[in-house]
Amino acid sequence: MALKGNLRDFTITQLLNLINLAHKTGTLIVEGPSEVARVAFREGKLAYVQIGQEDNSLAAVLQRNNKINQAQYRVLKTRAAQMSDKELGLLLINAGYVTQEDVLSSLQSYAINVVRRLYTWVEGFFRFDNDQVSPEEKITVRIDLENLIIEGSRQLREWEQLQEEIPSLEMALKFTDRPGANLRNINLSVEEWRVVSYINPKNSIRQIARVTKMNDLEIRRVVYSLLQAGLIEIIRPEGMPIPVGVRAFPTQNKEEQKSLVNRLISRIRSL
Amino acid sequence: MQTVKMVVTGPFNAGKTEFIRSVSEIDVVSTERKISSEAEKIKDTTTVAMDFGRITVDDDLVLYLFGTPGQKRFDFMWEILSEGMLGFIVVVDSTRPETFREARSILETFRAYAPTPYVVAANKQDRLDAWEMDDMRHALRLDQKTKLLPCVATNKEKVKSVLLELLYSILAEMEAGGS
Repeated sequence: MALKGNLRDFTITQLLNLINLAHKTGTLIVEGPSEVARVAFREGKLAYVQIGQEDNSLAAVLQRNNKINQAQYRVLKTRAAQMSDKELGLLLINAGYVTQEDVLSSLQSYAINVVRRLYTWVEGFFRFDNDQVSPEEKITVRIDLENLIIEGSRQLREWEQLQEEIPSLEMALKFTDRPGANLRNINLSVEEWRVVSYINPKNSIRQIARVTKMNDLEIRRVVYSLLQAGLIEIIRPEGMPIPVGVRAFPTQNKEEQKSLVNRLISRIRSL
Repeated sequence: MQTVKMVVTGPFNAGKTEFIRSVSEIDVVSTERKISSEAEKIKDTTTVAMDFGRITVDDDLVLYLFGTPGQKRFDFMWEILSEGMLGFIVVVDSTRPETFREARSILETFRAYAPTPYVVAANKQDRLDAWEMDDMRHALRLDQKTKLLPCVATNKEKVKSVLLELLYSILAEMEAGGS
């Protein structure tokens, strides 16, 4: 079944994570703003990359990694044009120009760099093709995705965590009742001071953000750091109605509650 | 007459109204309006207040199903609807990965409102472009303990099994002393 979507809604990092966790084999095709990238995976490991019309031949990759010089690259491009990367790799190793380690580390470095470039793509479409694998004549690598995911997801994770910590900007802030706490003795950043000056049970976090000209991420970041420092707590804004605590069950007797759920189960089964 | 309720939530156009309609014994009291926002014009109408379905259990007990409004700007309704719920169902459109993050956010929000049992229904699993269940679990960041159930909201039997799984979870939690 289809694994496809839009990068605006599903980031490269999330895709890598999914591929890694599911140990997927196939090719991720990403149609970016100006070019198309093909990233092949084998059992959840990065195996091969191709971005746009960029020369990803072994000769080009070795030259970019300074394993061969420009003159050698030009010679190879003309004289070894008919050779596959695998054949060329063997030839260069046997001739003593490069080592096997040079070949593998250069290809790995290139593949990682391409994936890093993809992190900057926020617009475009992607699809994962299970049937498409890396070209037969190419030398594939085998790179664990974990580090790449960690790197790429750092910012995304921060945003998600902040949203989880502070799900609603409609709540207000108040200073915690800590007798020993003295704001003058705490080193706050300029942004934190700006927020602190508006902390009042009547002001929602969103209102504070508006006044201090911070976006949702920035205000959450500041509020989170103040929360972590134990200086403030989140409260319901003054004037906001407190919901009446309605009980889920009409009875408080545990056995009656279980009986009620069993009656529901029987009824739904019989629908 | 005793009444209990469950909440059916999820992103815009996930299939919440259809879900309730499939099992409700009354015509769903649906407050749908034509969509004004061009960005959200995937379908012609959306639920602006709430859907309301009913299943009569016996002479003494009625289960109400409340569907939350699909559009984000009506999320102020969620907390009100979540009060006193037995549990909740997050309906996710398996063919629209762009809504997965929102589904995750809705799930977290409802969990914050009330620590009641919940299940996630992967709707439209009959469609060719539906994501696989395992992929959806990863994408929605659901742990193995969370029930992610294949669903087709227009199919009564599928909807029944989602409701039953939620009830089994409620029962299990009660037996474990959680409720």
